[in-house]
Amino acid sequence: MSDALPAVHEQFQAPGQQLEADRLGLWVFLASEAMLFGAVFFALTVYHLIHPAAMHAATSRLDLVTGVIGTAVLLTSSTTMALAVKAAREGRRTEALIVLVGTVLLGLAFEAIKVHDWFDEYDQGLYPPMGPPFPLPQPAARLYFHLYFVSTGLHAVHLAVGILLVAGVAASLLSNRMKLPERTVTVEMVGLYWQFVDIVWIFLFPTLYLVSR
Amino acid sequence: MTAEAKKAPPKSYIEDGHTLRSWFFSTDHKGIAVLYLVSITLFFFVGGAAATLIRLELLSPNGFILSNDAYNRLFTIHGVIMVWFFLIPSIPNTFGNFLIPIMIGAKDLAFPKLNLASWWIFVFAGCFVIAALLIGGVDTGWTFYAPFSTMFSNGYVIPAVVGVFISGFSTILTGLNFIVTVHRLRAPGMTWFRLPLFVWSIYATSLVMVLATPVLATTLLLIFAERVFGLGFFDPQLGGDPVLYQHMFWFYSHPAVYIMVLPAFAVMSELMTAFSKKHIFGYKVIAFSSLAIAGLGFLVWGHHMFVAGESVYVGLVFSVLSFTIAVPSAIKVFNWTATMRKGYVSFDAPMLFALGFIGLFVIGGLTGLFVAATGLDVHLTRTYFVIAHFHFIMVGGTVSCYFGALHFWWPKMTGRMYPEMPGRIVALLIFFGFMLTFMPQFILGWLGMPRRYHLYPPEFQVLNVLSSAGASILAVAYTAPLFYLAWSLFYGKRAGLNPWGAAGLEWMIPSPPPRENFETVPVVTWEAYPYPLEPQPVAKEDGR
Repeated sequence: MSDALPAVHEQFQAPGQQLEADRLGLWVFLASEAMLFGAVFFALTVYHLIHPAAMHAATSRLDLVTGVIGTAVLLTSSTTMALAVKAAREGRRTEALIVLVGTVLLGLAFEAIKVHDWFDEYDQGLYPPMGPPFPLPQPAARLYFHLYFVSTGLHAVHLAVGILLVAGVAASLLSNRMKLPERTVTVEMVGLYWQFVDIVWIFLFPTLYLVSR
Repeated sequence: MTAEAKKAPPKSYIEDGHTLRSWFFSTDHKGIAVLYLVSITLFFFVGGAAATLIRLELLSPNGFILSNDAYNRLFTIHGVIMVWFFLIPSIPNTFGNFLIPIMIGAKDLAFPKLNLASWWIFVFAGCFVIAALLIGGVDTGWTFYAPFSTMFSNGYVIPAVVGVFISGFSTILTGLNFIVTVHRLRAPGMTWFRLPLFVWSIYATSLVMVLATPVLATTLLLIFAERVFGLGFFDPQLGGDPVLYQHMFWFYSHPAVYIMVLPAFAVMSELMTAFSKKHIFGYKVIAFSSLAIAGLGFLVWGHHMFVAGESVYVGLVFSVLSFTIAVPSAIKVFNWTATMRKGYVSFDAPMLFALGFIGLFVIGGLTGLFVAATGLDVHLTRTYFVIAHFHFIMVGGTVSCYFGALHFWWPKMTGRMYPEMPGRIVALLIFFGFMLTFMPQFILGWLGMPRRYHLYPPEFQVLNVLSSAGASILAVAYTAPLFYLAWSLFYGKRAGLNPWGAAGLEWMIPSPPPRENFETVPVVTWEAYPYPLEPQPVAKEDGR
């Protein structure tokens, strides 16, 4: 199915209308996702305010170095994703393919750093329900780490979905099932999702690592 | 389903296929609407059976058929099923699905496959909740309040929470689909202010669905993580705050009240105009009040926690905001009644449901002001007064409109008229049965009978027996349409294009509509509700 123009589904009258619908659909979806993470930020903020001392003690146990490296990696992946969208618009297939693969690799690198962090924290007893005894005296510090694992986990799941999507786009480019610039909209939409997951981290990182340090 | 003899060339959506596959995997919005109709009817009767047992048990002050635990499980399952598996999908997913593309002159929703997926997700979610019910039930109440739900409950919280979590995806996808459809698929000439008010109200509902449901998802995820992985979030021993849970839950669940009632408003605007044969009074005001309700609905959740340890100042703000949201709701009611003035009002069954709605919704709305007042709420909270208040809104309001919509659009969906007299009798029975069921509960609540207990002092028995008597009338009235509507599928009079003489694109195409809805894309040159109708433009637009 390598049509020159994207196929128009029966409910639409014109390809432009379909593109607009796809874009709007993704933006609405992202608004919904923002509310999903909004609830997590709400809980985190409330506990930062109720238990400042315990939050300070807990935050200080996080590894700032890997946190910063992870953030840098993720921000770089956003750059490559943006380059992929640009390349797709201009119909440069090889270039798009290279930056998409780069995005996947950077995404995987971030996930690897995060998994490393989790194991490291587990070894220090910072995963409260299991493993070595929890090192901090304040009960609310456990609360912090519970939220830490859920919020970083939720983010990692979203990033994993993003990696699969980008890899899928790269694969269909490679096998010539997807033509550029005709299917730019697909790259754009995957790109939007990727940037969204990235922005979530840009808020999550200071909330978890910096605010109470 | 029904093999109807037809001679018109375009086959109706019902005749489009006769296999199971053509029903369960069709992306046609009308077929999916029928799937939703059947599945939520099943859930309605499961939830209704629980309510029946609750009312039976409350006949006696000592509790004579159920244990404490069984009673807790019954009212929980009643709440969970009625809220998430009947009320929330009721009008949007059946009538919204069926009508929105037709009303705006489109062939389908913007994302038909997503629409089908959302039904399958809904059914998959329902399986978890039914499983939770079958293996022993949940005893937390539909609100799943922490820390009881997370630390102490011995019910099957996990499958219930997972079921509600998954059903949320169905809600979000439906809302997303409606929003994009209304923005992008309107027929030429169908401007925003020519849209039927049904579409405006469902659009406002969709905004709430998309923005509120994810917050519930996170909240349920936290319950799940606490119960399964032992990650405490609301555990007071860790310094966790159970009131935080309540804030997060009601941040979703109060807007969810508007997910349930805005679609009823949608139906009301259609019914009042069709049976008054008159242009709606104050079109734009009604359209914008729908959006105002959707917006303000996000700012009132704190009125559920006046006595839960919320600061007095926060309570005052939430109280004022809750009073404010009554304004757009009241505007709508005034406009609907003003629409009837000097109209040619006829009292067919759908109109009786609509008038019943006005009576019940006004009582529900005004008692909402009682519980929104911080001082009075201290006395009334967690009593039967609250139960009666929200049943007046959700059951008296929304379910009345759901039945009104079912009767009004039944000829369009099936091509057959329902029998009029049973319809009218049911409309009256629902109104009076409802009054008898829930009016005594206001008094019980005022006298101090707490909700969620099945034992009560003997002096409350008379009012409880009255309430149960009303419930038995409701049980008959809710079951009867099942029989006469099924009968009408085979023996009902053929409906024709427009049995009501109503305005709107849906009444200009055959009943039941063809798979594609419109042979040619309609061009809209008229405002919404162009009453009194001239027969010419109707016939011309239909092309036959």
